[in-house]
Amino acid sequence: MSFFSDPRWSEALAHLPDYLGNHVRVSVTALALGLAVSLPLAVAARNQPVMRGALLGLASIVQTVPGLALLALFYPLLLALAALSLAWFGFGFSAFGFLPAALYSMLPVLRNTITGLQAVDPAILEAAQGVGMTPRQSLFMVELPLALPVMMAGIRTAAVWVIGTATLSTPIGQTSLGNYIFAGLQTQNWVFVLFGCLAAAVLALAVDQLLALIETGIRSRRLLRAALGGIGIAALVAATLVPTMARSPSSYIVGAKTFAEQYVLSALIAQRLRAAGLSATSREGLGSNVIFEALVSNDIDVYVDYSGTLWANQFHRSEIKPREELLGELKATLAQQNVTLLGELGFENAYALVMPRKRADALGIHSIADLAPHARTMSMAADYEFFSRPEWASLQKAYGLSFRAQRQMQPDFMYAAVASGEVDVIAGYTSDGLIAKYDLVVLDDSKHAIPPYDAIVLLAPKRAGDQALRDALQPLLGKIDIATMREANLRAAGGDGASSPDAVARWLWEKIGKR
Amino acid sequence: MQNAPLIAFAHVGKSFDGGRVRAVDDVSLEVAEGEFLAIVGGSGSGKTTLLRLANRLIDADEGHITVEGEDVHAVDPVQLRRRIGYVFQSGGLFPHISVAGNIGVTPKLQGTPGAEIASRVDELLDLVRLDRTLYRDRFPHELSGGQRQRVGVARALAARPRIVLMDEPFGALDPLTRDALGDDYRALHGKLGLTTVMITHDMTEAILLADRIAVMRAGRLLAQGTPTELSDSGDAYVGELLRTPRRQAERLNVLLPRDGAA
Repeated sequence: MSFFSDPRWSEALAHLPDYLGNHVRVSVTALALGLAVSLPLAVAARNQPVMRGALLGLASIVQTVPGLALLALFYPLLLALAALSLAWFGFGFSAFGFLPAALYSMLPVLRNTITGLQAVDPAILEAAQGVGMTPRQSLFMVELPLALPVMMAGIRTAAVWVIGTATLSTPIGQTSLGNYIFAGLQTQNWVFVLFGCLAAAVLALAVDQLLALIETGIRSRRLLRAALGGIGIAALVAATLVPTMARSPSSYIVGAKTFAEQYVLSALIAQRLRAAGLSATSREGLGSNVIFEALVSNDIDVYVDYSGTLWANQFHRSEIKPREELLGELKATLAQQNVTLLGELGFENAYALVMPRKRADALGIHSIADLAPHARTMSMAADYEFFSRPEWASLQKAYGLSFRAQRQMQPDFMYAAVASGEVDVIAGYTSDGLIAKYDLVVLDDSKHAIPPYDAIVLLAPKRAGDQALRDALQPLLGKIDIATMREANLRAAGGDGASSPDAVARWLWEKIGKR
Repeated sequence: MQNAPLIAFAHVGKSFDGGRVRAVDDVSLEVAEGEFLAIVGGSGSGKTTLLRLANRLIDADEGHITVEGEDVHAVDPVQLRRRIGYVFQSGGLFPHISVAGNIGVTPKLQGTPGAEIASRVDELLDLVRLDRTLYRDRFPHELSGGQRQRVGVARALAARPRIVLMDEPFGALDPLTRDALGDDYRALHGKLGLTTVMITHDMTEAILLADRIAVMRAGRLLAQGTPTELSDSGDAYVGELLRTPRRQAERLNVLLPRDGAA
């Protein structure tokens, strides 16, 4: 089987109209906003050395911030904006997905417009004044036209940056070509990653070449050339937007966070909805904080979250309660926000201390309490956030744990590291398929130091009374046990044609549908 | 017709850099209607500043300036500039606009209909002796220095001004072009009944073109008058300025004997 006959290519292609359309829409909105803000700013600053210096300085500083970091810095602001707009206008998070890209687009436009305006010969400015132009006429008839080629070069740079940065809007709830990349990275689907990168690059190149046509057209006063570029851009935008617009607005949107299990579960839910005669689309790769906001504001209709995550991250509760009690209280808290907790899927995806089965048996370790006396001679690894989470503090307090060394690791590498003995213990995820693959064992938390992380299905406020949706999802509740989910996750990490979320979701349904 | 002067400076002063540079210092000067006045001086003499005060490209600190009988401070500077023609050093043409667009710019600002501007442009191209079909749609970078300056003159005349101010208009041209352009302009000045003030650092050019000459140095007006009146001036600097053209004329007479008269 050749590389290109991999079924994942056609699967990727099927998503293209939706992802590309959204990507173009985000890029155009971001660029338009960037231009609307930075052009007047640049014009206002052109005769104000202090303001000009401040703007250009700020521009160069922001340019040095990497895109992902900018996104992270923007995140709290976006959350606040979403909350405000939800309260005032009734729509939420995804409406602002284009903001970071817009910020990026402002900088080259700002810099080039100021530079272009400053480069206009003072003798020409005096001539404009001398023939009787008002400052406004001088700006529009002489200064801006003369600065236009330099400004166009800035707009070109901005467009390419925006198209690149727009891939980063996926985690904040905006569908884009980044969906391929984020989904691909999480499910180790390199076809998707490659496809997403290629699509973004081709789009950027095409737009850059069309804008180049306009730029050289203006520079050499060949209006036909410039018009051709303009028509090309308009055609591109129209062609990519039409399929998005034409999409039926009544379809259910299933959310998914940024890891493989979530992709599989959202594919499963979408398949169930379609099987029930409802139309469904997935919105994947949403950040953990974003996805709940998106549900509350009806941007998505349904998704799977974990009880402990909502408990600690969303509602900022630090006390750890028994499973049933926590679920009950969570259900009541969610109801206050009109969110329906439909039920549990049947498995937990919690943090757990994990070590190789053979080693544990040899040392006679079955629970965390058994581990504690050995810990001082052992090393432990966890993901980037675990050691600063309440679970770790709670574990230390309950069992008096203290390891010889603590390391932070990419989650994908942790399991191999503990299996090979490079570290002794890891903080793994209970539903991870690699636990079975590497023959690892989850240590018993008899003191319940780690809160329960039941997988639960949540419905958006507007779907609270939707019986068709409830009926379609009912067969999933309580059916997915931890062993089945682990196997599904292991399959999703397979890296071949059978490992796409859709394929794994079908396998999962085969397995649980008859139960 | 020789009543009130068309342009009058009365005790005019202008400083730059917070008073450190005194560019124009107590200058009083009148330009009669129909007169061609040349202001001569070296660089830093204040001659260009004086010219710019007249159409308020710069505002005076002291004194009064009247144009066509009105105090320039009492009128809108934009309207003032539209009714005074201004020829810039080396043209000052807008590089992104065609010859026709450059010439028609002031009428366009005044809201003159397009067809009227087009015929006016052709008329002006004839006037400055540029082939209308050949040059109308060219851009400034496609013209020679002399052609650019002819377009500059046409642009200054487009809105039918009574007054034309010229800032070293022929300074950057080669001698032949400069001579031809000077003669052509002088003819236009007479034909259209213009009042012209021309800045130059070249006394020979001033003597050959102007009716009257004003000499400036370090912001002050040293002398003014016809070339004959100037030669009677007792001022040493004025005498020095006049010595150059005189000596050139004498040497040229010796070196270039006409019709074998030597």
